[in-house]
Amino acid sequence: MSTIKLTVNGKAVSADAEDRTLLVHLLRDHLGLTGTHVGCDTSQCGACTVHIDGRAVKSCTVLVGQANGSKITTIEGLSKGDELHPMQAAFRDNHGLQCGYCTPGMIMSAVDMVHRHSGKLDEATVRQELEGNICRCTGYHNIVKSVLDAAGRMKVANAAE
Amino acid sequence: MGVEGIGARVARKEDKRFVTGKGKYVDDVRVHGMTYAHFVRSPHAHAKVKSIDISEAMKKTGVVAVLTGKEIVEDKIGNLICGWMIHSKDGTPMKMGAWPAMAPETVRFVGQAVAVVIGETRNQARDGADAVEVTYDELPAAASITAAIAAGAPQLHPEAPGNIIYDWHIGDQAATDTAFKSAANVVAMDILNNRLVPNAMEPRSAVAEYDSAEEHFTLHTTSQNPHVARLVLSAFYGVAQEHKLRVIAPDVGGGFGSKIFIYPEEMVALWASKRTGRPVKWTSDRTEAFLTDAHGRDHLTKAEMAFDKDNKIVGLRVKTHANLGAYMSLFSSSVPTYLYATLLSGQYNIPNIYAEVVSVYTNTTPVDAYRGAGRPEASFVVERMMETAARKLKADPAELRRKNFITSFPHQTPVIMAYDTGDFNASLDAALKTIDYAGFPARKAKAKSEGKLRGIGFSCYIEACGIAPSKAVGSLGAGVGLWESAEVRVNPVGTIEILTGSHSHGQGHETTFAQVVADRLGISVNQVSIVHGDTDKVQFGMGTYGSRSGAVGISAIVKAMEKMEAKAKKIAAHHLEASEQDIVIENGEFKVAGTDKAMALANVALSAYTAHNLPDGMEPGLKESAFYDPSNFTFPAGCYVCEVDVDPGTGKTTFVNFVAADDFGRLINPMIVEGQVHGGIAQGIGQALLEGAVYDESGQLLTASYMDYAMPRADDLPSFKLQHTTTLCPGNPLGIKGCGEAGAIGSTPAVINAITDAIGHDKLEMPATPSRVWHAIHMKQAAE
Repeated sequence: MSTIKLTVNGKAVSADAEDRTLLVHLLRDHLGLTGTHVGCDTSQCGACTVHIDGRAVKSCTVLVGQANGSKITTIEGLSKGDELHPMQAAFRDNHGLQCGYCTPGMIMSAVDMVHRHSGKLDEATVRQELEGNICRCTGYHNIVKSVLDAAGRMKVANAAE
Repeated sequence: MGVEGIGARVARKEDKRFVTGKGKYVDDVRVHGMTYAHFVRSPHAHAKVKSIDISEAMKKTGVVAVLTGKEIVEDKIGNLICGWMIHSKDGTPMKMGAWPAMAPETVRFVGQAVAVVIGETRNQARDGADAVEVTYDELPAAASITAAIAAGAPQLHPEAPGNIIYDWHIGDQAATDTAFKSAANVVAMDILNNRLVPNAMEPRSAVAEYDSAEEHFTLHTTSQNPHVARLVLSAFYGVAQEHKLRVIAPDVGGGFGSKIFIYPEEMVALWASKRTGRPVKWTSDRTEAFLTDAHGRDHLTKAEMAFDKDNKIVGLRVKTHANLGAYMSLFSSSVPTYLYATLLSGQYNIPNIYAEVVSVYTNTTPVDAYRGAGRPEASFVVERMMETAARKLKADPAELRRKNFITSFPHQTPVIMAYDTGDFNASLDAALKTIDYAGFPARKAKAKSEGKLRGIGFSCYIEACGIAPSKAVGSLGAGVGLWESAEVRVNPVGTIEILTGSHSHGQGHETTFAQVVADRLGISVNQVSIVHGDTDKVQFGMGTYGSRSGAVGISAIVKAMEKMEAKAKKIAAHHLEASEQDIVIENGEFKVAGTDKAMALANVALSAYTAHNLPDGMEPGLKESAFYDPSNFTFPAGCYVCEVDVDPGTGKTTFVNFVAADDFGRLINPMIVEGQVHGGIAQGIGQALLEGAVYDESGQLLTASYMDYAMPRADDLPSFKLQHTTTLCPGNPLGIKGCGEAGAIGSTPAVINAITDAIGHDKLEMPATPSRVWHAIHMKQAAE
């Protein structure tokens, strides 16, 4: 057992967990943040993607001890109150989701993707960058559209700030 | 149509919760005192269970209980069932072997559960399961159709000699044989339809609670049809009585058929919650999902198509062996029979068809319905035959199809189905135009100059959806009716709840169903809530599969709405002192036609509930329900055309263009329909190029994780170009045909037809990996 201290969605949290606990289970089982999902056991599907210190990471690959002291953003922490993050809004507006299970991981990956490419994305790049996130419902067509749309919206939002 | 009515691209009402992480899936459910289940599973494909030693497991910290098949038998829990009776040619009923939820004596596939450990935490349950010592006597396994039907093959079930479940047929054998004798040309092919794993992204999960005071169970479960789950768990498995069992299927993360069935794990969790007196959660991990979720497809087929001298089809003969795995899953028997062979006429006038289907047991995971369920297999046979025939007959593949299209409706095929309507030329023309078929030779020549092999492939599919007319399926062996139910509750303030027996697990019913109501009443979709997935809230319903929620589920809503509107009109007429025949509904008001007299829906509703001034003899309230039973299947159809480049050096296939032209009848929300098609195409392309469940000879599943089973990823797929043509379905009130499965049915043959066109070689197995394509190119070169 270890005591893990994290900042999650801007709030300091502390939890006692077995050393073998994965970050995704800490988030879901200990902190009740069930928006982060588990879709596979092999770090392939990306449903568990969160931001650790600003970078998209599959939270099923991280032991809680490795995350100790870090700043974590989950899907629940992405919107500002009732105002959706541009990526969330773009997924809704472009029908970028169906069953919704992969969606939180997709959105967290996509936000990081837009940041890393400074918003300069094309279809081929988005498709390549989404390799680590599996969706079974959409055929990715509308996810790609959503990410490209959001890249534009995020640029506008950044310019406004 | 209005901005939110039928035909409008309304953004989904359910999405806010999904994009903000507020969706509520089964594994998100936590109840006080909850324990966790972990199953002990067979590592062998076929073995006798000699002993199960639970003593070490019981000593582990946090282990609450270890239960085995012995206790299941003790508690008289029923075996799993297959609910569709098929009779063999000789009239004998299908041979169903017993399937206990945990194997007390014999295991027949890798991953079959033999025990379950209930622990205080997820990890403690897992540690306990690791400590259960099971000893087995291994038996030889039959891991494929070929191995199972070979002489001297290991026998799985004493009930099924030779591992044959049934040897079934359809059509007129003598007439078909005669047609073949007079044929000018016959095209014959061996066709393998590869085995797939559905892989909904949310793994199966169950949270079971037992209230000993009330003797009542609550089961949260990942189900496409919670009422059917409740019925089966009570009537057949005897775990709980129907009125003492509440089944809730909350947000469900995809199904594709795999969540229709009632599996051992959910049943054991429910039973264990009573046996241990503690709530039990079980959530599958991905490898368990690969090993235990019902797989799809897995057919071996020999097909022959006969043509006259004018290239008109005169006959089709098909013999298929279908692999149903180690046990018969809930609807497994119907998939390779009535959902497959009845579609072998495709879009074509084929006067004579004879098909034989032999279903066999193998030491593999049970096989059942997966998106399309039998219809993709039929479409693959027919469309591979048509394309290959066109090449042999030196005919244009589009024109050979056109020549044989059914053009007058209704059309009775020789294999039961009566197509009600369609316009196959319209979808073919739309597809040819969109892909610029006329420009293909020039594009091919240009690709050749760049060292690429360019190919184009067609697929003109038809499917039977809107499953299904109850009387018809009953006569074919179904154990259930396949109608749907709906209830309309108008609240006293005029907001509306629709309770539907359909279940949404990605299809967007909360939006599309609300659009239908909004359209009828001229109100906003935000005034309408869709309630589904809870047997305590919703009247008995049949759930969602077989592209039925629009054609059957919405039709039930329309029927209930008509009843509600008739009553509301009476109330409005009474207040407005008009004849009810003169009342029209517009913009949320009940108006006297041709006047400015009107009564708002909210006032009609309030009047119904205050009941101070209702017509004489009228009951208070404004709530109606309906059960809708379709009169026929619906027949979505379309034309898919795929253009690819194959790199002859590596065998890698790259998409140049993918066009889908579908006729789904009336579209409620085209945006959602397009999403369904995209997803279906991706699964169909997955089958063609990437996916395949591979067993070794001993019955080990070699593809039991995402490291080994190639799920389609974003960079494996192109963007798709979609077209819609429309003939309205005459069989239901809105003319809906259904769109959930078309993509998976139409796309696979188009892709393989395109690749075989590119490489000029018809022998190519799926998935057509670069290695297989490269070998096919070189086999052809060697042959030349």
